[in-house]
Amino acid sequence: MQQTPIVEISNVAFGYDRTRPVLKGITLAIARGSVVGIMGQSGCGKTTLLRVIAAQFLPTSGTARVLGQATSQLDREGLYGMRRRMGMLFQFGALFTDMSVYENVAFPLREHTQLPEDLTHDLVMLKLQAVGLRGAAQLMPAELSGGMARRVALARSIALDPQLILYDEPFTGLDPISFGVIVRLIRELNDSLGATSIIVTHDVQEALGVVDYVYFMAAGRIIAQGKPDEIRASDEPFVRQFVNGSPDGPVPFHYPAPEYATELELAGS
Amino acid sequence: MPFAQLREHARGRLERLGNAVTSNVWRLGFASRFLFYMVLHSGTAMRRFRLTIAEIYFAGVLSLIIILVSGLFVGMVLALQGYETLQRFGASESLGVLVALSLVRELGPVVAGLLFASRAGSAITAEIGLMKATEQISAMEMMAVDPIARIVAPRFWGGVLSMPMLAALFSAMGIFGGYLVGVQLIGVDAGAFWSQMQAAVDLRNDILNGVIKSVVFGVAVTWIAVFEGYDAVPTAEGVSRATTRTVVTSSLAILALDFVLTALMFTGGKAA
Repeated sequence: MQQTPIVEISNVAFGYDRTRPVLKGITLAIARGSVVGIMGQSGCGKTTLLRVIAAQFLPTSGTARVLGQATSQLDREGLYGMRRRMGMLFQFGALFTDMSVYENVAFPLREHTQLPEDLTHDLVMLKLQAVGLRGAAQLMPAELSGGMARRVALARSIALDPQLILYDEPFTGLDPISFGVIVRLIRELNDSLGATSIIVTHDVQEALGVVDYVYFMAAGRIIAQGKPDEIRASDEPFVRQFVNGSPDGPVPFHYPAPEYATELELAGS
Repeated sequence: MPFAQLREHARGRLERLGNAVTSNVWRLGFASRFLFYMVLHSGTAMRRFRLTIAEIYFAGVLSLIIILVSGLFVGMVLALQGYETLQRFGASESLGVLVALSLVRELGPVVAGLLFASRAGSAITAEIGLMKATEQISAMEMMAVDPIARIVAPRFWGGVLSMPMLAALFSAMGIFGGYLVGVQLIGVDAGAFWSQMQAAVDLRNDILNGVIKSVVFGVAVTWIAVFEGYDAVPTAEGVSRATTRTVVTSSLAILALDFVLTALMFTGGKAA
């Protein structure tokens, strides 16, 4: 692929305050049309990285170029212009609880376009059909299961046909069936919209089945990357521990603590 | 040695005091910038006025019951207490004036403001805070929609427009309550009750001043409510703290502003 990458992160560092850097020198490039996974343990900085890509956070050093623009050089108008070409699925969907499913999906259309009502209706139905929930259009978010809410949120995030779709932990708390549905939808929507998808997750086995390329993060750095098969065959100890789900390894089972014997005052006896 | 300790202790105290002062001043500045930004980005709330109308419904119409019932009772109590005092001076015919002036100049705006803060202010804070906690605000930002223009500003203007109407209804209901007790129950002459009221209540000095008060209280309460919600720590505990802060801060703000406004409007009886 010789096209320019849709997301280009070079040497990005970020911290919520000066003393605690969360991202340390991240460099990655995401090709158009691909589905890319960013994986790692909870707290390794992968969600923060996603927020840097979404320009919710600006890098403290380095540059993040998204959809051809450096995020730190955008003003408010530029930022909103960029986000209009971007969709984001939040961990628990983040549906507007005071609006019906239909109104939730129609929300971006109503805010950003002047389409007549019948056209809005058709577009909403099209998006809901794509996630299989056309029949649920009049329900309120409180009446949906977790998996359904996630699918409605997905329909909402693709309402404006984004070029880049970001998924923040899309599989958390889903039953196996909903899980399978979301995995399949991510791939199908990406390919049918001609979009690019970035999935942040710690559900490694399942995610490896859907992505084209994987970045593995630990402690704010990228420690491994490759195609799913390469990751499965990797002999990097951390990746092996993660892929196999072993309780002990480079990531220790125990949180740092003083010697057990000392704590129990057994040392002297 | 004890002196050095004492000095350390005093310095610690002083530092904490200083920190508290600077953080509060900082917060006030932040809240002022928030208000400025919100007013500047009120275009959506005005252009798509039905967004604001929906908020007038939530803040105003849903507060009606508590405002009307409280107004009625306050007016009835005023009539009982007022009659008690007035008849000692043989001035019980002036009961209507006393009830109306107390309500229109003072109790209407203040009590309606306090009720509005606890009924609508707390609801606004909790709603915005929970929207933040469930990432609805972030989701809106990611959809390139400014949450301050789309969510906060309509709630602000809804509250600001509701408050004077609620205060007016409170006063009207209170006067009716005063009439029920004073005229129907105690037996004050109905003609004197109404005609003295009509003659003594001045449009500019009494009613307009009351309306000004209720507008100022409306701005203060709704500003505090939307700011606390938007600034809430996005957890269950954070939202509950923010809601409590809204009620406490806005109640104190109403009482303090009431004193300032009353002092400014005070004419020593010359204007009347």
